[in-house]
Amino acid sequence: MLEVKNLSMRFGGLLAVDGVSLDVQEREIVSIIGPNGAGKTTVFNCLSGFYKPTGGKVIFEGREIQGTPDYKISRLGMVRTFQHVRLFTQMTVVENLLVAQHRHLNTNMLAGLLGTPSYKEREQKALDRAAYWLERVGLLDLANRDAGNLAYGQQRRLEIARCMVTEPKLLMLDEPAAGLNPAETKELNQLIVSLKEDYNVSVVLIEHDMSLVMDISDRINVINQGKPLASGTPEEIRHNDDVIKAYLGEA
Amino acid sequence: MAANNMRHALFCAIVTLIISFPILGLSLEAKGVNITLSGAKTSTYVAIVLAAVAVFVFQIFRDTFMGALGKLPNLNPLAGREPMEQTKRVKLESWLLTGIVVFALFWPFLVSRGSVDLATLVLIYIMLALGLNVVVGLAGLLDLGYVAFYAVGAYTFALLSQYTGISFWMALPIGALLAGLTGMILGFPVLRLRGDYLAIVTLGFGEIIRILLNNWTTLTGGPNGIGGIPEPTLFGMEFGRRVKEEGNTSFHETFGIAYSGEHKVIFLYLIALVLAVITALIIRRFMRMPVGRAWEALREDEIAARSLGLSRTAVKLSAFTIGAFFAGFAGTVFASKQGFISPESFVFLESAIILAIVVLGGMGSQLGVILAAIAVTILPELAREFSEYRMLIFGAAMVLMMVWRPQGLLPVRRIQITLNKQG
Ligand SMILES: Nc1ncnc2c1ncn2[C@@H]1O[C@H](COP(=O)(O)OP(=O)(O)OP(=O)(O)O)[C@@H](O)[C@H]1O
Ligand SMILES: [Mg+2]
Repeated sequence: MLEVKNLSMRFGGLLAVDGVSLDVQEREIVSIIGPNGAGKTTVFNCLSGFYKPTGGKVIFEGREIQGTPDYKISRLGMVRTFQHVRLFTQMTVVENLLVAQHRHLNTNMLAGLLGTPSYKEREQKALDRAAYWLERVGLLDLANRDAGNLAYGQQRRLEIARCMVTEPKLLMLDEPAAGLNPAETKELNQLIVSLKEDYNVSVVLIEHDMSLVMDISDRINVINQGKPLASGTPEEIRHNDDVIKAYLGEA
Repeated sequence: MAANNMRHALFCAIVTLIISFPILGLSLEAKGVNITLSGAKTSTYVAIVLAAVAVFVFQIFRDTFMGALGKLPNLNPLAGREPMEQTKRVKLESWLLTGIVVFALFWPFLVSRGSVDLATLVLIYIMLALGLNVVVGLAGLLDLGYVAFYAVGAYTFALLSQYTGISFWMALPIGALLAGLTGMILGFPVLRLRGDYLAIVTLGFGEIIRILLNNWTTLTGGPNGIGGIPEPTLFGMEFGRRVKEEGNTSFHETFGIAYSGEHKVIFLYLIALVLAVITALIIRRFMRMPVGRAWEALREDEIAARSLGLSRTAVKLSAFTIGAFFAGFAGTVFASKQGFISPESFVFLESAIILAIVVLGGMGSQLGVILAAIAVTILPELAREFSEYRMLIFGAAMVLMMVWRPQGLLPVRRIQITLNKQG
């Protein structure tokens, strides 16, 4: 489904990502791990079109998409969350979800001004879908609050819900467990697995929480200082000497 | 810290001296063909020194002053009270707005012609401010050249009436559409810019349009402007003493009443009122539509918005175009009201005034914008003796606003979509 070949990204003199390759199949959870500053987020930024990679190929469903603008990539069905949560803090929770469904709505201004049946119907559908996902992540009671007033863990869940209402095929999560307490992390664990099992979404996951990664990943890619270090099943990674030396050993 | 403060204060005082001495202290006088440089009166020099001292003192105690200013809201009886509940506020604001409109409908029949004329101007500013509010308040794009679109609307009507004899009602949509189109064309290249850069470039565009109007003498008449712009008609009835256009009838003859110059003024006022209400309603509606949410989302977090599939250019361009559209609307009404327009009506100061209304009113709030438009247009009329100091007072008011109530008189009343829990 997603294939990344020899991706590299250079910032001036710094080669932040150097020859990273990975692939994601349908209904698969693939993790990217590596020490701080390894270049994980930069890989995400290249995949999501936020940066234009300086080398390599990104192929999504048979199409080369490297260099495609970010909003077009998201419309193809690849959406992401951010390492530092990015919500529309002054808008309400439900409005955050409506914004995300922009392209599913009738954005014809005349239709909106006149309130045509098709416009109303789609608007209602969007509200229903928003309600569904809020229920799913346990935020329905907070639907009309400002998103900025949510607790940190709730904001994280809202960000995932906001991705899900766009009906993505591939979800990219950048450290979704950062700052969560153990109970919340457990819920997150179940949520991610359910996204894959029940909604047929593939997930690319960046995470420092090893127990979460080892628990839910189908495959893991390790990168270190921008270079691919190892890749394989959690079991293989756990016993890989290089990885232990470079990453797990120091932790 | 203290030394630093001292140095800063000294620096500011010296800058004051350097700037004000040549401007106020020296004057050039033309004597025949020669120009002589002469000094000013001693009192002026004393004033300059006093000003420098005042700046010095202020800068030294700056923190104390600003701290005190920051505490001012405590004087406000409403401060500290729980903010009103969302639904209640929405209701209250709708009631207030309706009340204002109903009052505004009957009001012109009770007052003098001059007041009605001024009120028409207020309504035009309300339209402009509501339109600019979309661009600045909702989409967060600082546009300092907004007056350009106002000019496009006004000149469209003026030129079309001069060359084709078009009527007000035909010109209204054409002017608005052309202004919107201009907004789209100008917006396209500049919307990649952010913040300050966007402000500067739009400022430049505003000036370019004005200078173009000023210099394209063959078409626009240059600084002489264009006159003879017709007034609106009511179903083919004219409001003048005599009918100008063939086929039209005149209002006072049709109804068999005596001719009065007031009919025309009141009619124009009512048109402006209706258009202002329409503008407010349409923009209110936009705010609940996907496009309105997209404006806000992009303003709040552009990166997140794009990651969700919103195209920055499309969304910003729509805000820019819609804002320009309503400026064109207002421009057409303005041209019709004045009967004569020249580039002088579309200087940067106008953009600044409209922006001031938006900022004063509280960005995003319609009721606030309406009240601010009334204040900004009427107060200078009431205080005519101080008209020389108008800009000074204006500037001071803006600075105080920024310190005291950066959110505006009536802070943003967002129109929200609420989710009614179905179960
Ligand atoms: N826009 C940029 N310009 C210059 N350097 C950058 C930029 N973005 C990232 N870098 C650099 O690239 C390297 C990789 O950063 P990146 O954020 O991808 O690391 P990471 O693996 O996500 O780390 P963490 O676990 O801390 O999130 C870092 O050295 C960082 O300083
Ligand atoms: Mg990172």
